[in-house]
Amino acid sequence: MGERESADALLRSAIGGDRRALARLLSVVEAGGAPFRVIAPQIFAAGRGTHTVGLTGAPGAGKSTLTDALVTEVRRHGSRVAVVAVDPSSPLSGGAILGDRVRLRQQNVVDDDVYVRSMASRGQLGGLSLAVPEVIRTLDAAGWPVVLIETVGVGQSEVAITENADTTVVVLNPGWGDEVQANKAGLLEIADVLVVNKADRPGVQATVRDLERMLHLGKVQPWAPAVLTTIATDGTGVDRLWQVITDHQRFLAETGEREHRRAQRRIAEVRERVLHELTDVSSRVERSHAGALIIGALAKGEIDPVTASDRLIRLAAGRMADAR
Amino acid sequence: MVAARVLMAKTSLDGHWRGINVVSRALRDGGFEVILAGMVTADTIARIAADEDVDLIGLHVGGRVEVVERILDTLAANGITTPVIAGGTIPHYAVARLEKRNVSCFPPGSALDDIVARARELTAQDVVNEEE
Ligand SMILES: Nc1nc2c(ncn2[C@@H]2O[C@H](COP(=O)(O)OP(=O)(O)O)[C@@H](O)[C@H]2O)c(=O)[nH]1
Ligand SMILES: [Mg+2]
Repeated sequence: MGERESADALLRSAIGGDRRALARLLSVVEAGGAPFRVIAPQIFAAGRGTHTVGLTGAPGAGKSTLTDALVTEVRRHGSRVAVVAVDPSSPLSGGAILGDRVRLRQQNVVDDDVYVRSMASRGQLGGLSLAVPEVIRTLDAAGWPVVLIETVGVGQSEVAITENADTTVVVLNPGWGDEVQANKAGLLEIADVLVVNKADRPGVQATVRDLERMLHLGKVQPWAPAVLTTIATDGTGVDRLWQVITDHQRFLAETGEREHRRAQRRIAEVRERVLHELTDVSSRVERSHAGALIIGALAKGEIDPVTASDRLIRLAAGRMADAR
Repeated sequence: MVAARVLMAKTSLDGHWRGINVVSRALRDGGFEVILAGMVTADTIARIAADEDVDLIGLHVGGRVEVVERILDTLAANGITTPVIAGGTIPHYAVARLEKRNVSCFPPGSALDDIVARARELTAQDVVNEEE
């Protein structure tokens, strides 16, 4: 956007309910650069404690359609709701096709109490796992009490995203049991709610039985993940799904589990951020003039690897001291 | 560096979805984040362009220039100054009319490379260099 509004002014307007300011602010947050870092503490302080729900599962499982149906259901209960829809980037170009909006019904797109934001999994400084929690915090600060996050649950990083949610919904399809054997354990481990979507297709009962059997093999937990069935295309079972999600929300709040989990997530997030930023400094130092000399000497065998890394670290430390 | 964001929308039912998909893929391969909207009304395009904070709007035209003009009016009425490109079936007389309103037109037969190059030009000022 041509004119450079200050991030600070954008945040104030977004907190005040200015939708256009929120949209611009989210771009600043996603970019993760210096303007964002300045306002990060204010975004955090303005948080009101939004309930986040992650929907994850294989491509085509019906996550976007189910998200749209959930938005409709949440609106039926009168709450405002935001959606963060994440699609993978092309590793080659860094570009992406973000197609989740195609499943949104018109009524939800134009609803002033619905906000949808599409994100690509790569391209942000720090990658998705750093950008998503900050985008959620920003939506929270701007007064969105429920945030639904759609991610493709295939890769490691995508599954990690769902750790950003208070409630994780894993979306599967009938017959899934045979298909994705390898991922089963991982998906079941992160699920607070399991949904067998496309329940209009054959094999639903067998899949539900399979899942319930596998869940019972696991250790006894205070929250037993429910197995539900939905037909996202006509909304069947979606009221029940929202009911269970709110039950889970209440469970988290009453047991103190919510604050505990959120604290754990913040710690994990910071570990990742620190690692990422150190890696970033390290690669910048290598590319600097002084760094290139050290790498050159290492290549010629004039210095040993330990000395080379010591010197690079000293350079990096100097740079970081200057930057702070 | 952050990728520029493009909203791709279909303005009528007769335009082929295939055409918009081919352009979308070319833009993705050119490093753009392409947000697909499907078949949407003028109001909806304005809403999505604002909410997604896009840098460019791509309209797939199905022969009727009036529809595109109504979208341009709606964008203007909503204070959205995002540049617009149009592709698909655009009648000859319509190209001149749209270009006069600052819309870059790409009728059938346009090279994908030209579309991507124009998209780059139109979004160039938005590319912020994050390196110090
Ligand atoms: N038969 C049937 N099709 C569905 C259902 N839910 C979604 N679909 C279809 O499955 C396809 C993929 O849905 P989408 O929501 O885009 O899946 P995503 O990739 O997981 O986001 C679309 O054609 C949907 O219409 C359902 O409950 N039953
Ligand atoms: Mg989807």
